[in-house]
Amino acid sequence: MASESIPMAIPKTSRGVVFEWLFTADHKKIGVMYIVYSLLFLVIMGIEAILMRIQLAHPHASFMSPQTFNRLFTLHGTTGVFFVAMPILFGFGNYLVPLMIGARDMAFPRLNAFSFWITAFGGLVLYASFFAGGGFLQGGSAPDVGWFAYAPLTSTTYSPGHSTDYWTLSILLAGVGSVGGAVNFIATILCMRCPGMTLSRMPLLAWMNLVMGGLVLVTISPLTAAQIMLMIDRYLSGHFFDTQAGGSVVMWMHFFWIFGHPEVYVLIIPCFAFVSEVIPVFSRKAMFGYPAMVAATVSIGFVSLGVWAHHMYTVGMPSYGNAFFVLTTMIVGVPTGIKIFNWLATMWGGKIRFATPMLFCVGFLFQFLIAGLTGIMLATAPFDWQLSNSYFVVAHFHYVIVGGILFTIFAAFYYWFPKMTGRMLNETLGKWHFWIMVIGFHLTFDFMHIPGLLGMPRRVYTYEPGRGWETWNLISSIGVIFQAAAILIFVYNMIQSYFKGAPAGSDPWDAWTLEWATTSPPPDYNFAAIPEVRSRRPLWDIKHPEDPDWKYE
Amino acid sequence: MLVFCTGSATLAAALRNPISPTNIFAPASTPAHSIYRLSIFLLEVTGAIFVIVVSLLAYAVVKFRKRKHDDDSEPPQVYGSNQMELAWTVLPVLIVVVLFVSTAQVIHRVQDAQAPERAVRVTAVGHQFWWEYRYSQFGLVTANELHVPVSDSKNPTPTYLALLSADVDHTFWVPRLAGKTDLIPNHPNTMWIDPQETGLFLGQCGQYCGTQHAKMLLRVYVQSREDFDRWVREQQQPATSDPTVAAGQALFLAKACFACHTIRGTIAAGQVGPDLTHLMSRDTIASGALPNTPENLRQWVHNPNAIKPGSLMPVPDLTDEELGQVTAYLLTLH
Repeated sequence: MASESIPMAIPKTSRGVVFEWLFTADHKKIGVMYIVYSLLFLVIMGIEAILMRIQLAHPHASFMSPQTFNRLFTLHGTTGVFFVAMPILFGFGNYLVPLMIGARDMAFPRLNAFSFWITAFGGLVLYASFFAGGGFLQGGSAPDVGWFAYAPLTSTTYSPGHSTDYWTLSILLAGVGSVGGAVNFIATILCMRCPGMTLSRMPLLAWMNLVMGGLVLVTISPLTAAQIMLMIDRYLSGHFFDTQAGGSVVMWMHFFWIFGHPEVYVLIIPCFAFVSEVIPVFSRKAMFGYPAMVAATVSIGFVSLGVWAHHMYTVGMPSYGNAFFVLTTMIVGVPTGIKIFNWLATMWGGKIRFATPMLFCVGFLFQFLIAGLTGIMLATAPFDWQLSNSYFVVAHFHYVIVGGILFTIFAAFYYWFPKMTGRMLNETLGKWHFWIMVIGFHLTFDFMHIPGLLGMPRRVYTYEPGRGWETWNLISSIGVIFQAAAILIFVYNMIQSYFKGAPAGSDPWDAWTLEWATTSPPPDYNFAAIPEVRSRRPLWDIKHPEDPDWKYE
Repeated sequence: MLVFCTGSATLAAALRNPISPTNIFAPASTPAHSIYRLSIFLLEVTGAIFVIVVSLLAYAVVKFRKRKHDDDSEPPQVYGSNQMELAWTVLPVLIVVVLFVSTAQVIHRVQDAQAPERAVRVTAVGHQFWWEYRYSQFGLVTANELHVPVSDSKNPTPTYLALLSADVDHTFWVPRLAGKTDLIPNHPNTMWIDPQETGLFLGQCGQYCGTQHAKMLLRVYVQSREDFDRWVREQQQPATSDPTVAAGQALFLAKACFACHTIRGTIAAGQVGPDLTHLMSRDTIASGALPNTPENLRQWVHNPNAIKPGSLMPVPDLTDEELGQVTAYLLTLH
């Protein structure tokens, strides 16, 4: 069933290639652009992190001014969420969803291109702030209000000039792009599956991007509304968040976190998708409990909309308000835990091949479990009254984002790079990448929990000696060296393999979903003939005609 | 990692050895104690979950790896198991119920506690980047160093803090005494502490409030009842007026200083900066950032921005000689 691509006889000029990419509406090229864009910003935010960790390695360090440090952590967080994590996941989703459901492209290809370009523009707006005002070396007019920009610090009184506006506008633009992408995912997944692929036969990656799309539609609206209200306050004499004129600062928090919490599920759910594709293939077993995985994902989507005020336990909500959010936050941990058990059960009784994608998934399982458990600790409001806004929280969310999300993104790279480029990534370099990343990750983020438990708040450009924080901060800073080395190995691996990697063929991993049924890379039209499927693993059925899936589920 | 956490918590409690003056596992006041007991329970539960799941993961990774001598046949395909999936849904739900009930009890006990008659009441006002304390029961205002009486668990004298803000969001966080509570403009909050041992308790602002958020430090002095009463009486007095430093006092009142600072007994009644009436009764200046020594005081008055860049105190317009006179005056404010 593998289709052959038809050789094109038209020669390519370099101008032609540039125009082809600039004006493309093909989901695969757009996916690659999202991914490359995110990788560039990943390196930039990594540099921001390195600079901050140098400043924090010792108490009372004078490596940088407080103003610069405050801009760096604002940019680091904002870039990470909006210009690295969101675009890279949209990139993989765009590339893979049509292929995995047997379609030729997304439902709205031009909307797809528009969404990418407006998101990309948003990132440029944010970083233009570095060059405005005092110029690059002084941090320019980059925003310094933190990635969640609490009012009234963002009012013109406390943030004069335009630094906050760069933040507001860049997020507004990125939000438009996210909504366009989400609309595309939902329409494509609901309307363009190939014959025989009912909803209950589509790959888990498609389900997860569907839920993610729905979440994005619900969650970006309050964020956009908040940005608009902030602009009205700053420039049109509005008083939404002006407490001297009847406005409410707590209202900003509600609006932001009603976005902010579902947002982290928007980020993690596509990562669950990667794990749900890689673990079965490398354990040589079907996903254990597919219906439960779908149900768990959908319930996470819904429940995650009701937990946001666990970011506000210290704000002074009444006791029953705090208790309500404790309950919902703990409840959302249940379907998440179920997924971990399902992945474990998929591995159980299998014949596990520890190629690099699987190594990163095992790392993910270990680290996401810990992150979930520290999350349960933070969900308990009284414990959070101590831990909120401390380095324990910083350690927790980096555990999720780096130990969870980034590790699964690495797994996705190693797994699907062959499909996208036709060449395998180098396995030896992959293993070096994995192990050095594990060392660096754990050095930095395991020990980062301890200063939090010992009273160190976050967003501080320096800290006092004699509080027991020095050693742990130094260890965290040293870990960054290893992580940087791992990323450099990864980048080198990608560049070298792109030109000299072993040819992959259409199905290098002996996998079972439709993207492996076409060439690597796929032709523009994806499949010569639209496939027809009878089960969740169409290629398994072909490879095992005596024992097809459709006999059992 | 979690085993490490539990271990370190128990160790901290057992040794009572100051690993850190801001250790959340070394509570010295009822709210911090309640949080501590709940957190130990939580660490035990999550620790157990961690040990079980990681053991299963480690076992799976070792037992089910593809061996070199394995052929390429596929293992048995197991699509699911209703009993297992039900079990591992019901069990977590039960754990959630238990954790929620214990949590709700602590929330209620801490947040809904009623202040007894003999409670000391202080209003804390957060500023960029210092703390104002108003004791309306005693008619005194001070800054940056909070004094409270020790509380006997048999006859408690807690201190109730009303939390306000003059500008942006701040958070009052002294880990050994209580969990943190925010100071939000136009959104008054309350919290309480009943420290059971005398001493100095440290903390700092816990909500990013601008450039010098990191140096908005907290110092809570818990004193015996007699010492606290004496401190109150001293703070209630107007400022000393020493004629040998009249030149400095005149400068203070003529230059911009009086516009931001209050010195009771003089015409200086500014509300923007800390009350300086009894400046020399404090161990630190600049909200804990510097020890209160004559040299530091002089440096601070000379150029606050050099010490706390982004501090909102403008650089006073003083010649070197004037600076010496003003400093000498400030040094008399005991």
